[in-house]
Amino acid sequence: MVTPIPYQVFVKEVASEFRTRYALNALLMFVVTTLTMVVFSLGDNTVPYEILSGMLWIVIFFSAMSGLSRTFVTEEERGTSLTLRLLTSATNVYIGKFLYNVVLILAMSVFIAFAYRLIIDDFVVRSSSIFWTTIVLGGIGLAAASTILAAIIAKANTKGTLFPVLAFPVLLPLLLTCIRATVLSVEGAFFSEAFKDFQILVSFSVVMIAASVIVFEYVWND
Amino acid sequence: MTPFHLEVRNVRKSFGRKVLFDAVSFDVRLGESFAVTGKNGSGKSTLMKIICGVLTPNGGSVRYVVNDKEIPLSHVAPHIGLVSPYLNMYEEFTGEENLRLFAKIRGIGVRQDDIHGLLQRFGIFEHRNKEARFYSSGMKQRLKYCAALLHRPALLFLDEPTANLDDIGIAVVREVMREQRQRAALVFATNESEDLSFADRVLDLSRLKIG
Ligand SMILES: Nc1ncnc2c1ncn2[C@@H]1O[C@H](COP(=O)(O)OP(=O)(O)O)[C@@H](O)[C@H]1O
Ligand SMILES: [Mg+2]
Repeated sequence: MVTPIPYQVFVKEVASEFRTRYALNALLMFVVTTLTMVVFSLGDNTVPYEILSGMLWIVIFFSAMSGLSRTFVTEEERGTSLTLRLLTSATNVYIGKFLYNVVLILAMSVFIAFAYRLIIDDFVVRSSSIFWTTIVLGGIGLAAASTILAAIIAKANTKGTLFPVLAFPVLLPLLLTCIRATVLSVEGAFFSEAFKDFQILVSFSVVMIAASVIVFEYVWND
Repeated sequence: MTPFHLEVRNVRKSFGRKVLFDAVSFDVRLGESFAVTGKNGSGKSTLMKIICGVLTPNGGSVRYVVNDKEIPLSHVAPHIGLVSPYLNMYEEFTGEENLRLFAKIRGIGVRQDDIHGLLQRFGIFEHRNKEARFYSSGMKQRLKYCAALLHRPALLFLDEPTANLDDIGIAVVREVMREQRQRAALVFATNESEDLSFADRVLDLSRLKIG
């Protein structure tokens, strides 16, 4: 009857989000504003699909940064991190929070991707399988990186501003790969042509998660 | 109750250059009650956090031995309960939700009857469906007791046991302290001389202070 503890942490995050809307509100506002800005700045111009692919990931990156940085900051601010430390091990907390971020970011990226394709007529995806695989793998990578960064930043004094600054260099290889794979999806490439990029995305996540589990123990325990 | 042993050896803690304590050692076993006193800022709360495993000391060791088997600090959660001013409830959840959440994240199952029984004992049963942010400080303290006792811990840690409580609340806490000492073991930090009558041994951090 006792389910795995990381899952319980995950459920707590979801329940808490539904009550407080800490991340959802920030996310939604950011997504709507950036998408609107993209649409207005494009105007009637025809923009190369390479640029459109890049802009999609810029929107996803900054939206993710605005929402995911909250996960640990709210625990610190409300003084509940001590509570969590008392109740369970660092690894359980990490896995639970990471899972929650994965779900949040996937929901967000899928929403952004749909909206982006709907709003921007010039952005035509010819290989949906490549496109959605990129969105999912990219989202997991983003979640992996931002979970550990959020944990580190929660202990710093300049919480908000530090996040995108720290995250950018870490996420650059991920973003560049995502953009390249997205370009392939627009060009209508075969799935096998994007395979190398997917390997990079998977490796990025694996390395990131493995490193995070080790580092998190030291970050989390005062 | 299974036999257990809390062993604290030469624990040292400093913040920056300020050394709070530098060689705290003591043992707590089944059926014992141990008190920590000392003036404000002497490090009582810090020591409590360290022995509960939520704060890392700069030196020394804290070991839990249950049934002759050592339990790593990361896994003591089901065996200990803590009431502390630094331990906050989740404000967006109701009192009862908080208790369920605590049990689940501790990895233990609890029965509805046990939860309600505790809420009743601490006089907050009527408020069980109210979000914790609407609780008064005394009600929050009572809820913390429910959370700390729900899994019937071998070791109960109380930092300022009677903080924020009215006379009725204090009476319940005294009863809990007496029971815990008999049933299992109790460690508490206090400045109230009345509390000290519950202790078999007392550690005074102000006197221990070195440098
Ligand atoms: N995180 C911290 N960083 C720096 N100093 C701290 C920290 N926590 C506690 N202190 C300092 O350690 C001392 C002891 O605090 P505390 O353990 O709360 O004392 P007590 O509970 O005995 O009143 C205080 O001087 C306090 O300012
Ligand atoms: Mg104190």
